[in-house]
Amino acid sequence: MFPNTDDILRVLPELLWCGFGMLCMLLQPFVRNRHFFTGLALVGAAAGTGAAFVAGATPGQGFGGLIESDVFSFFFRLLIGLVSVLVILASNSYLDREKLPFPEFFGLVLFATAGMGVLASAHELLTAFIGLELSSISSYILAGFRRDSTKSSEASLKYFLLGSFATAFFLYGIALVYGASGTTNLGRMDDADPTSNLLKLGLSMILIGIGFKVAAAPFQIWTPDVYEGAPTPVTALFSAGPKAAAFALLLRIFGSVPAATHFWFWAFWVLAVLTMFAGNLGALLQTNVKRLLAYSSIAHAGYILVAFAAVTFMANDLNGGATPAYAAILFYLLSYALVKIGAFTIVSEIGGAGEKNLSIDDYAGLAQRQPVAAAALSLFLLSLLGLPVTAGFFGKFYIFKAAVNSHLIWLAVLMAINSVIGAYYYLRLIVVMYMREGSAEAMAAPAVRFPVAVNVVLAVTVIGTVYFGLFPNQVLNFILQPNLIAR
Amino acid sequence: MSTLFQGGHLLSILIFFPAIGALALLLLRGDDHLFIRRIALIVSVAEFLFSLLLLRGIPLNSGEYRLVENFNWITVPPIHYHLGVDGISLFLVILTTILTPISVLASWSSINHRVKEFFVMLLMLEVGVVGVFLSLDMFLFFLFWEVMLIPMAFLIGIWGHDRRIYAAVKFVLYTMAGSILMLVGIIWLYNATGTFDLPTIQQMLQSGALTLEPRAEMLLFLAFFVAFAVKVPLFPLHTWLPDAHVEAPTAGSVMLAGVLLKMGTYGMIRFCLPLFPEAARRAAPWVAALAIIGIIYGALVALVQPNLKKLVAYSSVSHLGFVVLGIFAFRNISMQGAVYQMLAHGISTGALFLLVGMLYDRRHTFEITEYGGLATPMPKMAAFFLFAALSSLGLPILNGFVGEYLILLGSYQAHWQWASWAALGVILSACYLLWSYQRVFFGEVTHEKNRALPDASAREKFILVTMSVLMLWMGVGSAFFTNRTAAASQTVIDQVEPQRPYEAAAPSTAPAAPKNIAHAAKINPRMESAAR
Repeated sequence: MFPNTDDILRVLPELLWCGFGMLCMLLQPFVRNRHFFTGLALVGAAAGTGAAFVAGATPGQGFGGLIESDVFSFFFRLLIGLVSVLVILASNSYLDREKLPFPEFFGLVLFATAGMGVLASAHELLTAFIGLELSSISSYILAGFRRDSTKSSEASLKYFLLGSFATAFFLYGIALVYGASGTTNLGRMDDADPTSNLLKLGLSMILIGIGFKVAAAPFQIWTPDVYEGAPTPVTALFSAGPKAAAFALLLRIFGSVPAATHFWFWAFWVLAVLTMFAGNLGALLQTNVKRLLAYSSIAHAGYILVAFAAVTFMANDLNGGATPAYAAILFYLLSYALVKIGAFTIVSEIGGAGEKNLSIDDYAGLAQRQPVAAAALSLFLLSLLGLPVTAGFFGKFYIFKAAVNSHLIWLAVLMAINSVIGAYYYLRLIVVMYMREGSAEAMAAPAVRFPVAVNVVLAVTVIGTVYFGLFPNQVLNFILQPNLIAR
Repeated sequence: MSTLFQGGHLLSILIFFPAIGALALLLLRGDDHLFIRRIALIVSVAEFLFSLLLLRGIPLNSGEYRLVENFNWITVPPIHYHLGVDGISLFLVILTTILTPISVLASWSSINHRVKEFFVMLLMLEVGVVGVFLSLDMFLFFLFWEVMLIPMAFLIGIWGHDRRIYAAVKFVLYTMAGSILMLVGIIWLYNATGTFDLPTIQQMLQSGALTLEPRAEMLLFLAFFVAFAVKVPLFPLHTWLPDAHVEAPTAGSVMLAGVLLKMGTYGMIRFCLPLFPEAARRAAPWVAALAIIGIIYGALVALVQPNLKKLVAYSSVSHLGFVVLGIFAFRNISMQGAVYQMLAHGISTGALFLLVGMLYDRRHTFEITEYGGLATPMPKMAAFFLFAALSSLGLPILNGFVGEYLILLGSYQAHWQWASWAALGVILSACYLLWSYQRVFFGEVTHEKNRALPDASAREKFILVTMSVLMLWMGVGSAFFTNRTAAASQTVIDQVEPQRPYEAAAPSTAPAAPKNIAHAAKINPRMESAAR
């Protein structure tokens, strides 16, 4: 049976991403010009993002309930597409500098993007699994893309081993959920008995599997090593894309499936607290900027999990009590993606050939050598810190609000304490850039000129960070609509 | 244009004009330092003149918010761009706008390194502080409160002295730890009321539409109070202050002591008292105790300081203790005294920091033992220093006296014990200021280097004369201020202790102070000549 047009339209973004990914691979033997592939990948990523509008215009379930095209998946496809476009723009000069093959890299980025798209729009656990595998396997290879660097290979291997383990958990969880409820379709679980231990076991295994992907403690051990070893643009992708997609799936399961009840509240509470502390305390000791940002992204996963605790706390409230918490998560992921891509792009450019300038000391005196880069990085760090007039502030504010709304005052207070711990290490980097003098040779070296593509990425992320920091309204009104997640 | 002078968007102009100035500076090339300094001076002086227009917008004896601007900013949750000014914030804004050009002048020759950034940060700091004083939406208030941190941290961290980075980070972390809890409190309050709008919440409280259960009210009170107490700083949360002050450049210290500390006490008046009256009443004895400990402790530590700048910093702890005591005595007279003391402290401690900075410019040390006998090479500077010190220790006819007197009077009405303990602080402040003055300026010149120190330059004289005139005027013309603060203070008192009659306080206050001052006026010239 050939799928009907509507079904095709509902997965058009993923189809385009996959198609262009394959095109990149297939054209490799025939086209010499490396930059052609950058253009091709860019067109592909943008086309897929544009197709999200087409998919969004044909709401409903596709392929007999495998895929859901609703406002929720529309939002995440746009977000993931944006991440993909920005990462492709940022990697062009990096690949040039490191002399890495273009076609494979961009092919893999597009496959990963497609996988994330599937993950965010899956309405069936098995579809989600396919999305997870597609994005994970591409990620494993991307992490090890600097083959001659031992760190990169180590990152790849570590990510692969631990990732497969987590995927196995996820798959086993699906099997148990199927055993308990007789279905793997998220829309048909209404009849499942939420008190059944089998179902709880299955859902907790799914939670572990996704927890690994989003780097929630105690499943976060891989994060610093992988983030450090992977090529920096790939790190940017990891920190923004897969995280958003995995959180989307998590929200779809634990936010909308009736079987996921108030029972899960404590699980998220504990996860959130552990993750926040693991990330922030770990980051205090880092001297490598990539590792610092890796720990920071663990901490931020913790903040998002706070909102999840709020969502699950309100799970039995049918009057839309959890809507603000949904909105908080979505807005946070958007602001976070912008900031992290911007920050890692600067880290990638400052890092220079062979990624040698990654220590915090290499940033000493940056404000005088490269005032614009230092100012942009400071803006991103302040946004991560959650200072007003940045998108990060509103993200954090909405999570606080969601938590207080659900009467989780203590969780909010713990998050507040973590914000202050976080402030210390973000400030440390800003302090180094602005208040320390660089070494004589570093100060004498000519300023790194950023290529145009990188400047475009920085412009988009800086403007986005400030714009959403001043006027979060449009996005919020969009994600606060009652039929955000179709059931 | 006409709307401007009716006060149409005056408050917005006050907030954003320095920001535009800062942006313009940012776009300039950084090498013409003189040009940059001039632009910064012009912007800050123009801002000061704008702020004087506020005086026309506030009628005497009006306790309401004036020149209100209210727009929807964010719809979900409903956050308004709501500005307004009353008799209390009025003078704090003017204090800010007058200290900024003074700070620009004070940094004229001492800042030679990254000049452009310095003045950008100074102007951005002004944006944040003025925004804090004018916001009537809790969210907006919080926003400016946080935004102000970064320029101040940079001022300390880039242009400060040896341990500047430590001091800058400590400053930010302390303040942020307090304010993030305030954010939770703000959101909690929003959850209970459905609005961030301060006047609306006050109305709900007064009409009984909103009642908080005692425990929640106390927690909320604490969430706000701790944030403000860190800023004030109230003992035992004061430890960031000496570091920040000593390490900051002169302009940074002036702004820090002059206006930033006032944000804490202003927050107490604006938020803690009206929003959580019951909790404030319950907490008052404890707060007063901490304030009194702060007064005495600050003064004792100042007494034994070998470092002149630290001495002035600890004197701030002591003086701000008076302000907190005045606020939590819940008397109109002490409330006005607290507001008055905030202004007076801003001017006189600002002047002391300016003078210490001028000494530092000449000798590059803050150690008192490095000085001695300075009155011989620099008699003018010595005279100005004495004037500022006398004003700071509360000599009648100068500004410090009015505030302390009103506070002691009001807190005596509340609890005579409070006033008697706090009065110790007045005595001690005379000890540490006069003793340090004696060690720095009197006697023989002990160090050869000090013998040829140049006296105050024309620029320095201009700064110091301005400050001295302000001290004198505030000391003599206190009615100009109290006429405007009385009604606003009463509005606050009414919200905490509704039964307290207005008559008990206001009429006796305003005449009382000038009378004393007039009496004291005869003493003063003799003292000054004796000091020389």
